[in-house]
Amino acid sequence: MGYVLQLKNISKTFGEVAALHDVNFEVGDNEIVGLLGDNGAGKSTLVKIITGYHQPDPGGEVLWKGKRLDHFSVARAHAMGIEVVYQERALADKQSLWRNIFMGRELTTAGGKLDVRRMRAETLKLMQSAMGFTSSAITTESTVKTFSGGERQGVAITRALYFKAELVILDEPTMGLSLSETKKALDFVRSIRDAGKSAIFIDHNIFHVYPVADRIVVLDRGTIAGQFLKNELTLQELTDRLYAVAKTGNLSY
Amino acid sequence: MSSEETARPLSKSAQRGPVVRFLRKYALQLGIFAVALIVWVLFLIGAPRTFLSKEIYISFMSTTPFFALIAIPLTLVVITGEIDLSFASVMSFGMVGYDLVFVATGSVWLGFFACLAFGIAAGLINGLIVVKFGVPSLVATIGTWYLFRGVVLVITNGAGLGLTETTNTALHDIIVGRAFGVIPMQFFWTIAIGAVIWFFLNRHRFGAHVYLTGDNIESARLMGVNVGRVKILTFVIVGLVAAFAGFVVSTELLFYWPTVGDGYQLTTIASVFLGGTSVFGGTGTIFGTFVASFIIGAINAGIVASGLTNFWTQLIYGLIIVASVSLQTLIGRRLK
Repeated sequence: MGYVLQLKNISKTFGEVAALHDVNFEVGDNEIVGLLGDNGAGKSTLVKIITGYHQPDPGGEVLWKGKRLDHFSVARAHAMGIEVVYQERALADKQSLWRNIFMGRELTTAGGKLDVRRMRAETLKLMQSAMGFTSSAITTESTVKTFSGGERQGVAITRALYFKAELVILDEPTMGLSLSETKKALDFVRSIRDAGKSAIFIDHNIFHVYPVADRIVVLDRGTIAGQFLKNELTLQELTDRLYAVAKTGNLSY
Repeated sequence: MSSEETARPLSKSAQRGPVVRFLRKYALQLGIFAVALIVWVLFLIGAPRTFLSKEIYISFMSTTPFFALIAIPLTLVVITGEIDLSFASVMSFGMVGYDLVFVATGSVWLGFFACLAFGIAAGLINGLIVVKFGVPSLVATIGTWYLFRGVVLVITNGAGLGLTETTNTALHDIIVGRAFGVIPMQFFWTIAIGAVIWFFLNRHRFGAHVYLTGDNIESARLMGVNVGRVKILTFVIVGLVAAFAGFVVSTELLFYWPTVGDGYQLTTIASVFLGGTSVFGGTGTIFGTFVASFIIGAINAGIVASGLTNFWTQLIYGLIIVASVSLQTLIGRRLK
């Protein structure tokens, strides 16, 4: 299996605090990687490095489809097809639906003039096809703060899809969602695999991660505590090992 | 897409008719327009002779731009979630640029461009202090408010400069002349600057990023918006326009007082907040600020013409700021 993304010897320190230490992490072609870890394990920092938001400390390498990336940035990550559905859902509450879909990547004509008509038309299409918003109650002009949790997650996921993601990173996508909304989010993760793409699924809840992931990586206190293919462990064994990690920082029990 | 998904009920708050949606979308603009109308009717009743004559409106068009010009770009800064309190000093700081260059070269035009350049520099200093040093803009611009004024007073030694030599220049006619012999040019400048800033706020990528920065700065960053650059640029625009406003005031009065700008802080800030721009950032309109500026401009004249003393003016300005900010907060809370 080829790799879509490889991180080699990645460390990240903020002042005195080492958020990540010598992390090696990869995502294969058409693979769903479940990333588990407690609060403060370094999951968010890892995501922010993959998305070009943080630069890793010198010495580490980020490879995209085998090619080393230098001067990595959010814009470059977007251009390559790395999309994130963030924990806080990364929506701007007071802005309209179409402004949220195109946040930071507005469609423009000459000189940076917004192509508002095209963005509204594209959003309308997405509302009907991807988001399932068919009621006239939600329009392209509706502000996102009036949406339910599931609707907001739908917007964030649709945004990732629209920009033709090669690798989708889901940062705790089920947090605060109802049962049926959680099922939709998990179905979306499966649909990524069906579409031949890759994903990193980050969550606290192993009951959400286990059913959809091909491989599970456990991060603890800034290092990779262990990783294994799903068929190597049952859900119960995984649960027991995670308790061990929490106690000892080691996956063996 | 399954039929189950299409039949899924929408959240209650999203189920609203088109009329309600229209009212919600344009609530700020409609609200401020209604306030303007009420204030105008009250003044018509209180002082019909004054408010039925055209002179009062020409007077508004002459003096309101002094602060409306700045209130318009200040709206951008407030939408990003910041504030700039130094603009009154920047009005004078820009004119020091004029003063120095005019005295050195004798050119009114060069002096004018120096004035604008000083304004840009002042805005850049504000933006860099806020963005690069991370100083809250409220504190940073109180500091630069005194700093710029102090620089002005040291350089000028407190002395002003007569501007009578500008009267026979094209620059004077363009900036503060009278169109058709009646309408003050600064009124058109206010409309023009308002239109340009409206365009950039509503129809340009920069404006989209201004709203995103003020609405959710973290998500804007995560989505690749350079929020620091956006903020710095908004401060620079305020600096540039504040210097221009300083030039407008001084050429209208044909004298540059180093204290120019003092007294405009309250009216400018009141215009932004009365115009519906949220003190929390993320929302605001140029139209709202524009209309609100003229309401504020009318209040002073209206109070005096209605037979009240001028002492009432500050009380009413203060009341307007407190009432508009409180109302916005209450409405915002209800809409959540």
